[in-house]
Amino acid sequence: MAGNVGIIFEWLIFLGLGFASVLASVLLVTRKNPIHSALFLVMTFLCVAGLYILLYSQFIAIIQVLVYAGAIVMLIVFVVMLLDLENELRSTLKIVYSKVIGSLLALLFLLAILYSAVAKSPTGKMGSDTPERVTSNVKAVGEVLFTQYLFPFEILSVLLVAAIIGAVILSKKRT
Amino acid sequence: MWVVPTIPPALYLMLSGVLFTIGVIGALTRRNAIVVFMCIELMLNAVNLTFITLSHFLRSMDGVIFAFFVMAVAAAEAAVGLAIFVLIYRSRETINVDEINLLKW
Repeated sequence: MAGNVGIIFEWLIFLGLGFASVLASVLLVTRKNPIHSALFLVMTFLCVAGLYILLYSQFIAIIQVLVYAGAIVMLIVFVVMLLDLENELRSTLKIVYSKVIGSLLALLFLLAILYSAVAKSPTGKMGSDTPERVTSNVKAVGEVLFTQYLFPFEILSVLLVAAIIGAVILSKKRT
Repeated sequence: MWVVPTIPPALYLMLSGVLFTIGVIGALTRRNAIVVFMCIELMLNAVNLTFITLSHFLRSMDGVIFAFFVMAVAAAEAAVGLAIFVLIYRSRETINVDEINLLKW
């Protein structure tokens, strides 16, 4: 009985977060003001972070809140503040046939995704993670990241340095 | 006794597909470059959700690592992309993607 109650709560949290994230992303696409879009983006990210916790990966949930909802959206809001977007607010949405066709193709793609998600349960080689390892998720992630994936991790640091240098050079004043 | 089934992975995958499609439609229809950028972040996020779902249901840690890499690439992309937006705005006074067509063939 106690297990049932836990699973019912899991369903409630999943449905709530799922509908909230879909609603927030629809609002993100439809709002005219970019600041409102950025705030709905934060809401979507937080809902997805809750789903990550429901999937027992606390590490990615924390990184999601820190990096996505914190750093990236802060950058976006900062750039929106720097730019003057009054013209965008005044302009009305024009219906262009290419965009309608693209949206219809995207909906077709969604049907394909839904069908493939329902038709077959995910197959593949099961990994070695037992439920006990899941409870110490950060430790398990660190063990895999710093042994098996050490080289890609170092490459990632090179990528970040390149991005920092690129951003600095791009925003430097031309002399 | 009636036992409630646990959440199947298909529901998570469907949710991430819906989020991805909303991102695609937004990136295709919006004209403000910053909103297009936000839609791309939404798509990356949906893909991350797929990675984490399959990593959980296949009991493997690799999906988590890949989601971590995707996040790092998204952060790098945000830094460079937003710098480019500021530059474009400085030179052309607009970030409407329909009017930035110098590279269009």
